Amino acid sequence: MDQRPGTSGLIFNEPQLWDKSRKGRCGISLPRSDVERSEMDSSLTGDAPDLPQLCEMDVVRHYTRLSQWNFGVDSGMYPLGSCTMKYNPKTNEVQAARQGLAGAHPLSGDQFSQGALKLMYNLEQFLAQITGFDAVTLQPAAGAHGELAGMLMIHAYHAKNGRQRSKIIIPDTAHGTNPASASLCGYESVNIKSGPDGILEPSAVSAVMDEDTAGIMVTNPNTLGLFESNIKEIAQIVHAKGGLVYGDGANMNAIMGIVKPGEIGIDVLHLNLHKTFSTPHGGGGPGSGPVGVVKALEPFLPVPRVEKNLDTYAFVNDCPDSIGRLHTFYGHFGIMIRAYAYILSMGGKGLTDASKLAVLNANYVKESLKGTLNLPYDKPCMHECVFNDAIQQQNHITTMDMAKRLLDYGFHPPTVYFPLVVDGAFMVEPTETESKEYIDQFIYAVKAIAKEARNTPEKLKNAPVMTKVTRLDEVSAARKPCLRG
Amino acid sequence: MKEINDLNLPDNLKYTDDHEWADTSGDVVTIGINDYAQDQLGEIVFVELPEVGDTFSKGDEFGSVESVKAVSEIYIPISGEVVGINEDLEDAPELVNESCYEGGWLIKVKPEDTAELDGLMDKAAYLAMLKG
Repeated sequence: MDQRPGTSGLIFNEPQLWDKSRKGRCGISLPRSDVERSEMDSSLTGDAPDLPQLCEMDVVRHYTRLSQWNFGVDSGMYPLGSCTMKYNPKTNEVQAARQGLAGAHPLSGDQFSQGALKLMYNLEQFLAQITGFDAVTLQPAAGAHGELAGMLMIHAYHAKNGRQRSKIIIPDTAHGTNPASASLCGYESVNIKSGPDGILEPSAVSAVMDEDTAGIMVTNPNTLGLFESNIKEIAQIVHAKGGLVYGDGANMNAIMGIVKPGEIGIDVLHLNLHKTFSTPHGGGGPGSGPVGVVKALEPFLPVPRVEKNLDTYAFVNDCPDSIGRLHTFYGHFGIMIRAYAYILSMGGKGLTDASKLAVLNANYVKESLKGTLNLPYDKPCMHECVFNDAIQQQNHITTMDMAKRLLDYGFHPPTVYFPLVVDGAFMVEPTETESKEYIDQFIYAVKAIAKEARNTPEKLKNAPVMTKVTRLDEVSAARKPCLRG
Repeated sequence: MKEINDLNLPDNLKYTDDHEWADTSGDVVTIGINDYAQDQLGEIVFVELPEVGDTFSKGDEFGSVESVKAVSEIYIPISGEVVGINEDLEDAPELVNESCYEGGWLIKVKPEDTAELDGLMDKAAYLAMLKG
């Protein structure tokens, strides 16, 4: 039975708003003013902004049609590895829209913002409990910003100890933004390779770790979806030379409630609320990248901090060793509300179950597609699994062709050509929120596509054919970008 | 993608583990990425090069090539000073795909220590390395 969710249907073309604009068309009608006109000082006036002239229905149809061209986790499975595109429960939105929270003003002052401060304080406590750290800041705006915050704190720690260091160790299975964050702190990246089974070997770390090295940046689970099981030994090697261990917590969805990074030798770790804690991800809203630290790094956390005294909460700026402010006001508060709602509605057991199911689902995909797609590291995975196109290459079909064809079957493609350690990577992260039925549909689609790759490869070369726009010329777009409409 | 036997690897050039080539016939060494590298990367959309006058030590990263798939660093086969860069690549990065040994060269380097050139591989040694 063909059980693919994708089908064809009528899709509307839609021009840009400027092309729909007609002089004099308007969406509102104001009553005639019964007050005498008074001229303003010419220094206060200028030309009106040049905006398209449209009625309400023009605007509603415009955005409704654009939304119909879109694909989101609300329309189908979005197994984009390393991104944790889990479903965002609607209760998160209900809580964030509550009048007292949505109407809170950042300049109201502590005494009129006690509820908001309490929420931030409690969320910090929850995240500290989940990760096993002593303190948490909610200020960074997203994951890479959290990385920068963490690296700035490592930099400040070494400066405070009286001797700055010049290098940082980054394995080839770390996230791509890691070297950039280290460079912004003035550290030179020392790249090391993972071992033959896809994880980091302590000997590789001890070979390069010295007293000029500030520490190591580890993504655990790593971007191959494998748990760095030598992490404790690696942390000991780094600590013995006075270095610190940065943990990239982007893959926390695999170990929440099972492993506390603060208890396995990691000194500082960022989380992505927009991955692990079900807040909108990518285009759906701003991110949030809280950072947890061990006691020794607490003085360096960004200000303002939220503190609790008896039953009142206050912002505290008097932290002389702080790396300073990283964001206007207090970070993305609206996202904190959503993550807080998620944690409260899931509870401790619910969060642990989410990780267990995320890992189970990824292993189910891995075992089901092993053989259909080549699996370079054939061992139990965490929340994501990485295949490649080695089998399909025999028919000159690439990962990109298969990814494009998945669109015709009604799925968002997985992450492709990342991580770089796997040639032609096809990286699937189903997340815990997909049911077995949806995952089976995905497995069916990939198997059907692999069959097409053997029998009718032109179907893949021409894909996608059922989408609003078909295969785009990405090469020309990148070589000769058209940056103006 | 090409089979190893279909690769174009001129006999007069030297090669590195990282798939760069070096033309060592003159006083100034011309450097680029080889046919295997351009084929594996796929269609190249941007090439980042150093500036004339920059100096590098053997094995240093001196630039990057960006394809539709990924950004890859390129490493210098010998120590020395950059005395020329291929400015055509700014508007026509596809030259690296179309003509990696001629129009798609990357930089010209004045070597610091010509003895380093002996450490580079010839075609036979490079092919043996590729075949593993």
